[in-house]
Amino acid sequence: MKINIFLIITVFTLLLYACNNQQKIDSKEINIANSTTPNNSIPLTVKMVYIPGGEYKPFYGSDSTLVKVPAFLLDERAVTNQEFLAFIKLNPAWRKSVIKRIYADTSYLNNWVNDTTLPKDAKLDAPITNISWFAAKAFAKSIGKRLPTLDEWEYVAMADKTTANARSKPTYSNEILDLYLQKNRQYNAVKQSAPNYWGVYNMFDLIWEWTDDFNSVLTTGDSRSGQYDDKNLFCAASATSATDIMNYAAFMRFALRGSVKANFAIANLGFRCAKDTLILNK
Amino acid sequence: MKLKRLILIATAPLIVTTYSCKTNPNQTGSTKPAIDMVAEGNPEVAEVTGAPKVPAPVGNRGPKKLIVNLVTTEMEGIIADSIPYTFWTFNHTVPGSFIRIRVGDEVTLNLKNEASSVLPHNIDLHAVTGPGGGAAATSSAPGKTTSFTFKALNPGLYVYHCAAPPVPMHIGNGMYGLILVEPEGGLPKVDKEFYIMQGDFYTKASAIKKGLLEFDNDKAVAENPDYVLFNGKKGSLLGANMIEAKVGETVRLYVGNGGPNLTSSFHVIGEIFDNVYLEGGSTISHNIQTTMIPAGGAAIVEFKCDYPGEYVLVDHSLSRAFNKGAIGKLKVTGKADAKVFNAKTIGSH
Repeated sequence: MKINIFLIITVFTLLLYACNNQQKIDSKEINIANSTTPNNSIPLTVKMVYIPGGEYKPFYGSDSTLVKVPAFLLDERAVTNQEFLAFIKLNPAWRKSVIKRIYADTSYLNNWVNDTTLPKDAKLDAPITNISWFAAKAFAKSIGKRLPTLDEWEYVAMADKTTANARSKPTYSNEILDLYLQKNRQYNAVKQSAPNYWGVYNMFDLIWEWTDDFNSVLTTGDSRSGQYDDKNLFCAASATSATDIMNYAAFMRFALRGSVKANFAIANLGFRCAKDTLILNK
Repeated sequence: MKLKRLILIATAPLIVTTYSCKTNPNQTGSTKPAIDMVAEGNPEVAEVTGAPKVPAPVGNRGPKKLIVNLVTTEMEGIIADSIPYTFWTFNHTVPGSFIRIRVGDEVTLNLKNEASSVLPHNIDLHAVTGPGGGAAATSSAPGKTTSFTFKALNPGLYVYHCAAPPVPMHIGNGMYGLILVEPEGGLPKVDKEFYIMQGDFYTKASAIKKGLLEFDNDKAVAENPDYVLFNGKKGSLLGANMIEAKVGETVRLYVGNGGPNLTSSFHVIGEIFDNVYLEGGSTISHNIQTTMIPAGGAAIVEFKCDYPGEYVLVDHSLSRAFNKGAIGKLKVTGKADAKVFNAKTIGSH
């Protein structure tokens, strides 16, 4: 009983602290995404990292196409089990027993003991997985954030520990590949490895991550055809339209994105949140 | 009159063309084109086997509806001399399960990607007529199952493989196997049948797990493999794992080459192939010493065992056999016929 009271007080303190934090971030900038009322009952201990905008060459597309990425804020790490549990408690519609199949398939939180109990042995600070794109989006919206776009995510993914764009380094893709080949990484806690150039953690070593427009680059799942589909989007899995044929790690990410639907829940697929910013320089 | 003749002249080639279109050269002795064959009955789950075994011949049965279940996995296995390697597989084996069907069969292929997989996988069967051989239709995220149905239109021995990007890596890790489409009435009977598939492996030490080998991208691009193997493991057809036959028996080998890069010069030392179904197709060549098997291709070779002994199977690009593992053995037991072969020792004087 004593422990319970202690826990409740701790959680409340944390929440209050988190609210303050949230306000701090908000007060620093005029935020477009904040037109929806944030629900600050989820413990928001995650730091957001300011990513100054820039141009980058997407993995798929013609060589001359540079894509502009405006400045944005990105969570330094993935959303955790603890945070998603808090979301679930506040938003009963997203519990696994009641969720509609169009929003999440049968794998949704299928490792949870019940609607509001994390899997046995799950670390509170391990990334949440087995959640659909809809659920990830709903979580982000509930705290006044959003999912990063594919371009934003890949822009940050160009960095290694020391440079913003490490793509041309021969070791860059191979080091990521080494990580990608390891199974069951998603059960590890966040922020246990070194951050990248921007101060962002775990871009590669724990999970695949949902992006807002994960399906905007449609792949056929067949890595050899070089056609455009009827929506005039790239058959992204095609080696003929990739800008860096040796970047096997990027091929894998795009293959994964091409194989999923928005209601899929997968054991090694989670997410982190992003936010618009009007600060152009920092 | 003139008009009639004109019509006749005009229609004659049309009729000839129509007739020739109907005659499918792939189906010798067939009553109907495969596309018009009716697959009877309720769908049955097809028997599939790991190498070197093959499922029972189709024999005289008519076209059926079949279900083929394959699971894609990412798992550690032994590549050579107790060294572990991270293989990617169809049904937990390299090569993947042998699928045996006949022309006109309607096959529902269910591809389940294990929940513990890191990556999406799919399947392109060269026996399939249709986009990507099924690759796009079967793109399976970890934990998900996909399915498609195809009708087997052409007889032959075909490779199947994963075509998910980056495809050389998926194949390089072992994601290939064979599917045999028998002609109407089945292939001629033989005494022994075996499933052998060659693959080239490019390895480096894992940066994360000590002692484990993993796929090496740079070696693959350079097409410089560390291992060239039959059935995914050094010694998979040696010692206790030798394939066996008796003198007087006919042997048929279904030999595939997954690649991803090398072409095999398949040879059995001390045997001559009586029949080779060239490239796994319908043309049969006779009295062949070495047959070329392209990456993503196959051949059916047949011979009669006339003399006992151990017959060595190799890729006759011999550094691969001598140094990289492309070697296996067929053990033939029975009575030695001195007419066929007789080793004499000439004593010293």
